[in-house]
Amino acid sequence: MESLEALVAHIHSLLKQADFDSLRAHAATLVPFLAQLSPATHSLGYLYLLEACATSGANLTDFGGGDFLVTIADFLTACSADQIRLAPDKCACCLISRSVPIANALVLKDQVMQLNVPIRGIAPLRAAVRKIQASPEQLTTVHADYLLLCLLAKQYKAGLSVLEDDIFDVDQPKDLFLYCYYGGMIYIGLKKFPKALELLHNAVTAPMSSLNAIAVEAYKKYILVSLIQNGQAQNKNCAKRKPELVPSFPKYTSATAQRNLKNHAQIYLDLSTSYGNGRYTDLETFVHSNSAIFQSHNNLGLVKQVLSSMYKRNIQRLTQTYLTLSLEDIARSVQLDTPRDAEMHVLRMIEDGEIHATINQKDGMVSFHEDPEQYKSIEMVDHIDSSIQRLTALSKKLVSIDENMSCDPAYLMKTGRDRGRFDYDDFDTVPHKYF
Amino acid sequence: MDVEGEVPAAAAAAVANGLGGAGEEASPAPVSAEQLDVEAYAAQYSGRTRLARLLFIADRCGVEAMQLEALRMAYDEIKRGEDVQLHRDVTARIKGRLGPRYGLDQAWVDSVTRRADQRKEKLENELNGYRTNLIKESIRMGYNDIGDFFYAHGQLSDAFKSYIRTRDYCTTSKHIVQMCMNVILVSIELGQFAHVSNYVNKAEQTPDSLDPIVVAKLRAAAGLAYLETKKYKLAARKLVDTGIELGNNYSEVIAPQDVAVYGALCALASFDRSDLKSKVIDNINFRNFLELVPEVRELVNDFYASRYGSCLGHLEKLKPNLLLDIHLHEHVETLYMDIRHKAIIQYTLPFISVDLNTMATAFKTSVSMLEKELAALITDNKIQARIDSHNKILYARHADQRNATFQRVLQTGNDFERDVKSMLLRANLLKHDYNQRNGPRKM
Repeated sequence: MESLEALVAHIHSLLKQADFDSLRAHAATLVPFLAQLSPATHSLGYLYLLEACATSGANLTDFGGGDFLVTIADFLTACSADQIRLAPDKCACCLISRSVPIANALVLKDQVMQLNVPIRGIAPLRAAVRKIQASPEQLTTVHADYLLLCLLAKQYKAGLSVLEDDIFDVDQPKDLFLYCYYGGMIYIGLKKFPKALELLHNAVTAPMSSLNAIAVEAYKKYILVSLIQNGQAQNKNCAKRKPELVPSFPKYTSATAQRNLKNHAQIYLDLSTSYGNGRYTDLETFVHSNSAIFQSHNNLGLVKQVLSSMYKRNIQRLTQTYLTLSLEDIARSVQLDTPRDAEMHVLRMIEDGEIHATINQKDGMVSFHEDPEQYKSIEMVDHIDSSIQRLTALSKKLVSIDENMSCDPAYLMKTGRDRGRFDYDDFDTVPHKYF
Repeated sequence: MDVEGEVPAAAAAAVANGLGGAGEEASPAPVSAEQLDVEAYAAQYSGRTRLARLLFIADRCGVEAMQLEALRMAYDEIKRGEDVQLHRDVTARIKGRLGPRYGLDQAWVDSVTRRADQRKEKLENELNGYRTNLIKESIRMGYNDIGDFFYAHGQLSDAFKSYIRTRDYCTTSKHIVQMCMNVILVSIELGQFAHVSNYVNKAEQTPDSLDPIVVAKLRAAAGLAYLETKKYKLAARKLVDTGIELGNNYSEVIAPQDVAVYGALCALASFDRSDLKSKVIDNINFRNFLELVPEVRELVNDFYASRYGSCLGHLEKLKPNLLLDIHLHEHVETLYMDIRHKAIIQYTLPFISVDLNTMATAFKTSVSMLEKELAALITDNKIQARIDSHNKILYARHADQRNATFQRVLQTGNDFERDVKSMLLRANLLKHDYNQRNGPRKM
């Protein structure tokens, strides 16, 4: 094993010095060599050859080993993680044409998108994400592309495997924004609004010194999702204070975002004001009159969800007030046309577990119940337990970061300067009572 | 002479932003003469506030006989004073409806104006003399005289300025108190209640112990200021503490009956049951005030004894008169609403289940209206109960503390986790000094 690793390192240093243009020029002739190498054991060399082929721009359709796409996909699933991590840039650009914008670049992502089969790219890219990242906390350049493919293929569940890891290490800001934005959209697709909110929130509050389009789009979706989520949750968490429909920017938001985002999303803010008034007809006319704009932002679907969440919110409010209520009264107070519509809405909400109620069809009455959850079941105990575990782990992490921070020379220098040089407490380490 | 129409302006503003104003004008309040005896009412007050109140009633009552009565009394009153502008204003409003005797008296106007000009010149000369001689006490007196002069002529903001200027020349606490009382008087008429509370505080902070009458006056003024700024609880505290020494000594601002009414209404709207008992009903001092207005006393007792029907009945009877009160009219609706809500809340409090039919009769309203009111109160989290709309029964809901705690703990945990994670992410971003500007621009 020793020798293999040494060998790999040696090859790596050689490859780094190698002349790429000549490789690229002979790309077409290099193709047969690929068949000679094994993707699993000779990953590094294979990668370099692949990269040369992919970026050469030569016509590779008459490819010896069949479809080039298959070759890349096979390579990604089979290659050795240790070896390709030596050259993450190469690997990334093998898959995504971003850093080397060459026409006809036969890279995986573009290829699958050209062929309109995004689903074929999912598995190889997932393998790539796992192999390139050094720890599950690292965000790679591949993450965003993977999520994009998941979105395009409508395979939202596939995206979760990557999204469920918490990301802390980031190399490229754009990756983070895209990751948060696409991730948010995947969660929206799955109707997991709290998670979506969290990701979009990260995109909006990430430090930025100049405004970017991703953050603006993320903010628009953030407003809409807050309305859907908070509008309903308003009564759920029986807290005395009413949470704001759209939370204002927390103070750690960068100044750029605080200043500019609202200007770019004015219509969405108007929508939330209209939502806050609680009148369905107002909201409906507002949405109708502006539907073209929402359509052009590709947010109309989400806006319609906001609209229907208004009913849910109003019905939920009724559950807090009434024990029994006739369907006509429900229809009247939430501004639905007929008791039948009200019945449908109530039924759907009961099915989704958003309210606890029973409908008595004989006399058209709905009885609302209290939340039957008694926090006594084994599942609930497990759930609480896992929360506690997670939080303890998190707080350990915090402590260690705090320690690191207090050992950081730059930090010490800064605090040292602020504090007086001869602070009495610094010398008086032993309390008086021990004297 | 430049004369400012402070009072009509203030009255107009009051009409414009008055709470009860809109309803009042839409349907003229059915105020019959026996309900409000204008003459007896006006007799409670003296000075400019009597004028202001009379004009206010004339504006708002909507009954011509009463309006003319009020205007006639105002006209007579003005003739005794020196406010020319007000005279013009009132004659314009009378429009000759009271016969030739109540027309514009140009001769009187001219003579008053002439005298006023002379007097003003004289006072200013005197003041200039004092100022060159730097006699502190005389300067103070001079400013005071000028303030009094402006006040009598209705130039309230000038009067206010002159009174404020005496402040630098006050030497004893008595002077300070006098200055404060003057400023408070003018500020109340100007409707600037921030100044009122400000100067009440100043007066109360003087080192010497104050005369009980002055203390009572200050309490009443402070209560009035809090009332106008909608801090009903504080207003109630101040008003129920007002000493009986007030008597008729503060008739240029407030009558003892007013203290009783304002104090009782604010207390009903804002105090809880025990406070109501200890601070209002058992308060010997305030009871003296309440004796002056037996309806209000009955009302408070009814409320405390949970006879809500009769209590609300008394309130409705009082309402037309209160709407004609220059200070209270804006707040009548809010206070009534608060009192009503309070009554409903107190009614439901001791029961596990309440029959809405019984409750509706107790509150003299229909079941469906009551249901709406209750629903609003439950939504605002003021009543812990739920309505069985089918059987028309209200069931008290006792929050399950255990479940609520579990729910809150889980929620807090989730929030914490989310916040910490995004904080760590941001911290890392900052730590690596990632900055879009410095990085290669690829956006």
